[in-house]
Amino acid sequence: MNQLDVPFLYPALITGAALFSIGLAGIALRRSLIAMLMCIELMLTGVNMTLVSFSYANADLTGQIMVFFIVTVAAAEGAIGLGLLIALYRNMKEVGTAQLSQMKE
Amino acid sequence: MTGSDFIQTGLPMALYVVFCVLAIVGALGVVILRNPVSAAFSLIVAFLNVACIFAMQGAFFISAVQVIVYAGAIMVLFIFVIMLLSFDRVELDFPTNKIFTPIPIFGGFLFFAGMSFILLKGKMGAHRGPFTQQAIETAGGNVRVISEIMFSDYVLPFLVMGMLLSICIVGAVLLAKKKVE
Repeated sequence: MNQLDVPFLYPALITGAALFSIGLAGIALRRSLIAMLMCIELMLTGVNMTLVSFSYANADLTGQIMVFFIVTVAAAEGAIGLGLLIALYRNMKEVGTAQLSQMKE
Repeated sequence: MTGSDFIQTGLPMALYVVFCVLAIVGALGVVILRNPVSAAFSLIVAFLNVACIFAMQGAFFISAVQVIVYAGAIMVLFIFVIMLLSFDRVELDFPTNKIFTPIPIFGGFLFFAGMSFILLKGKMGAHRGPFTQQAIETAGGNVRVISEIMFSDYVLPFLVMGMLLSICIVGAVLLAKKKVE
């Protein structure tokens, strides 16, 4: 069986791929660290959507448990990233990747 | 009316596509909008629509987690940080060198095209698990079945997640606090 005959699996898969691609383009496009963190969350959501869709299509709940762990890691990553952002702002008064190039000089 | 029956009726199919389109529109808003608060609210729109899609696929627990953790906790944290730092500092600027703007857009489109091709045309073996919608509903619902799996097969990753969150709390406090002389 090549194609899974589950109603409305493919729109969700395409949406997940679109969310991941938009987040990927956004990380390269943006120069603000807050926007880059938001784009990372977007990419993680795209992955979650693909996992839930295949879990639904294959009648297997392992994908949903994996999504739970991914959400936990994403929350931890967001908190650490924003803590880094605040520390950075306190030390440099700037939040952007253009100002973060002092290590190469 | 089971979850799969619910999806196969006419109106939810249209709703499903509307949720997908709104999720993509919200995601595009995150990248396009220059105001950081607008981008954050656009991201909330995307997350809520993704939660609706999760619920329509029968993943009710994940849907609730998506709303509470993503659209609730993480986005409040983002908006809190945006408000804490002053606005002119966190202006979302595109690269000043305009030559580099089309490259990420083209790369994103290329990635999307390749991924869609694989997802639509690739051979997906149907390895059907035991948890159909009917089986889940006889066993007592989505949340109950997920909890039974998580606290038996996946209890060690669950504990590791707790340790990760504890470390994360300490790390975030240490990073964000003022240096004490």
